[in-house]
Parts: sequence; structure tokens; C-alpha cells
Amino acid sequence: MSDEQNSGNNPGTVTKAAIAITALAVVVFIGWSQFRQAGTNSHDVLETRTPVKISIGGPFTLTDHTGKQVSDTDYRGRLMLIFFGYTFCPDVCPTELNTIAEAMDILGAEKGKRIQPLFISIDPNRDTPEVMAEYVAQFHPSITGLTGTDDEIAQLAQSFRTYYARAESSEGGEDYTVDHSATTFLMGPDGKFQTTFSYGTTPEAMAAGLDKFINSNS
Amino acid sequence: MKKILAAATAALVLSMTAPAFAADIMVEGAWARASAKMARAGAAFLTIKNMGGADKLVAAKADISKKVELHTHIKDGDIMRMRKVEGGIAVPAKGMAMLKPGGDHVMFMGLTKQLKEGEMFPLTLVFEKAGEVKVHVKIGKAGAMGGMKHDMKSMKH
Repeated sequence: MSDEQNSGNNPGTVTKAAIAITALAVVVFIGWSQFRQAGTNSHDVLETRTPVKISIGGPFTLTDHTGKQVSDTDYRGRLMLIFFGYTFCPDVCPTELNTIAEAMDILGAEKGKRIQPLFISIDPNRDTPEVMAEYVAQFHPSITGLTGTDDEIAQLAQSFRTYYARAESSEGGEDYTVDHSATTFLMGPDGKFQTTFSYGTTPEAMAAGLDKFINSNS
Repeated sequence: MKKILAAATAALVLSMTAPAFAADIMVEGAWARASAKMARAGAAFLTIKNMGGADKLVAAKADISKKVELHTHIKDGDIMRMRKVEGGIAVPAKGMAMLKPGGDHVMFMGLTKQLKEGEMFPLTLVFEKAGEVKVHVKIGKAGAMGGMKHDMKSMKH
């Protein structure tokens, strides 16, 4: 306690060492923070999977399940909740449409009016408006089914960067299945992309997500 | 006469709702989703419990569609690919296999009958060792996620 000096050593050495170590620490710290900043600035990569430079979504003109021609502008003011699928799909599509249906029920009628669920067919060959009408009615009255020509659907799917491809069944013919992305997209009241819900999102999580985006778009 | 009738009815009801057995294989909880009138495809899900040696579900038969196959889903990033299962679905010794949404399932292609919620239909499962097991599949709502739940939403329409 009483001895503040290192016995036998030059007090200057300790002080010099302390200064050197501190200086080194400062240099390392500056270097590290610069490196970190450089990394962040060069990519502009968001926390989501979507790099900010690529745009998701675009204009469309399709046929709804009542046979009426509709375009994306018809849904301005509401948040479009878009799922790409097909009616021959016995598992994934009913699951996702059920999730959307339950999420809409959790949201309730009032908030539900702000959302427009759209089930867009990536199998327009089999999914006529009549087939779509019967199909979506099984899930929720708010869901609108959309179909169109092969070109219209191809163009729209490309603008959403959503994948779909026919997988010929072993026997071929009319029983083919279609591989497809199972991600659900949420577009804002201005028609622009806001977020996605991955396949497997629970109805509760989707409702909470929808609620959040309804509020931030009010 | 009444007693016989009562017993017969009880036996019938029991046979339709109880799990089905064949050798060491027990199949339970078979359910399917309701289909729209114009629907061409459907799926059934169930649980297989194996109290014996390793076995395989190799085929399925039903008269509600032209083709009945065993399918599974391969999740490739966010892409769902449905494929026919080649070689059957393995049921490990003293283990189980679950056919459920998002995974393995019995696929009906070319539906010849509309699957109506609340109804049932017979399904025969063919195992490599245990042979045939016949079950009754309960039809739930179109978006059902399981066979056991009683869903209030089925009242909606």
C-alpha cells in the first residue's frame, strides 16, 4: 500500500509502457471501427433477404374469380396480401390460404377491410375463373382469386421474382404438379412492396405483422 | 333382436373410429381435407405406429380418385416441390411415421368424388411386410391442419 513504485525499476518505464499500450489500443480501436463501417457502407444489405436495389412487384392486369378484368390499381388504398399457388396443390396452398384466412379472422372485420388477400394462380391452364371461385370460397370470403393468360402470369411472377415451374408427373398428361415459391407478399396501399411472410408463418404471427403494417400505413 | 342390432351397430361404429391394425402396424387419425366440386386433387394424412420390425408403406388404394400415390414435399429455399415417393415411406422398427401437411402424404389425383367435410371414405394402405391395412379417412374442412381439432370455422359458410 505504501509502496507505489516498482521496486528497483525506473518509474519512467512503466509509464512509457502504459502510454504505448494505450496508444496501441486506440489505434486498434480506430482501425476496427473503420473496418466495420467500411463493411456496412459498401453493400447496403438490409436485414431482410431482399437486397434494396431489386424491386419486388409490378403492375398487372388479370381476371378475377368472378370473370372480371382487374388491375393492381383497383386495389390501391388497401394492402395486397399476395400468394402464388394453384388449385391442384393439395397441401401447401390449402395450408397457406388457411393461414391467411385465420389471420384475417384474428384481425377482425374492421382492420380486415384494409387488407386485400389475393390468390394468384401459377397454373392458369387448369385454374379458370370458375375453378378459382369455387376454390377460394372454401377458405375466406375476403380472398380474391386471380388468373390470366400464361404470359400475364409469367410476367407478374417475374416482377415478384417468384419461382414456378411445371414438374411433369410420371404419367404426364393433366395430372402435373407445379413447383412454386410458397412465400406470401405484402404490398402497401401505394402498391409497393412492404414485406414477405415465409411459408410456415403462423396465423397469429401473420395477423400481428399485418396489424403492424396497417398501423404504419395509416 | 334389438340386442343383436345394438351390438352390430356398436361394432360397426367401433370399427370405423378405432385405429386399424395388421400384424405389428397400427394406423390412426387418418384425415383428409374437403375438396371443391371441380377439384381434381386431394390429400390424406395419418399416423403409422410400428410395434414390430422395420416396414415400409409402399402403396395406397382408394376408389375416390383415378390414381392414388405416395408423395412428399421437398423444401428448396422458399420453393415447395412435391414429388412421388420412390421406394415407399419407411416405418422404423418400434417407431412411427407421420404423414402430415408439408411432408409425406397420400395424394389423390383425378378425384372422382367430391370430398365433403364431415364425411368419411375408405383407404387401403399397403405395407411391404404387414400387408394391407384398411382405414376410414375423416374429411375435415378445406384448410384443416389436423384431424383431431374441432374447428369452429367450419360453421362459417
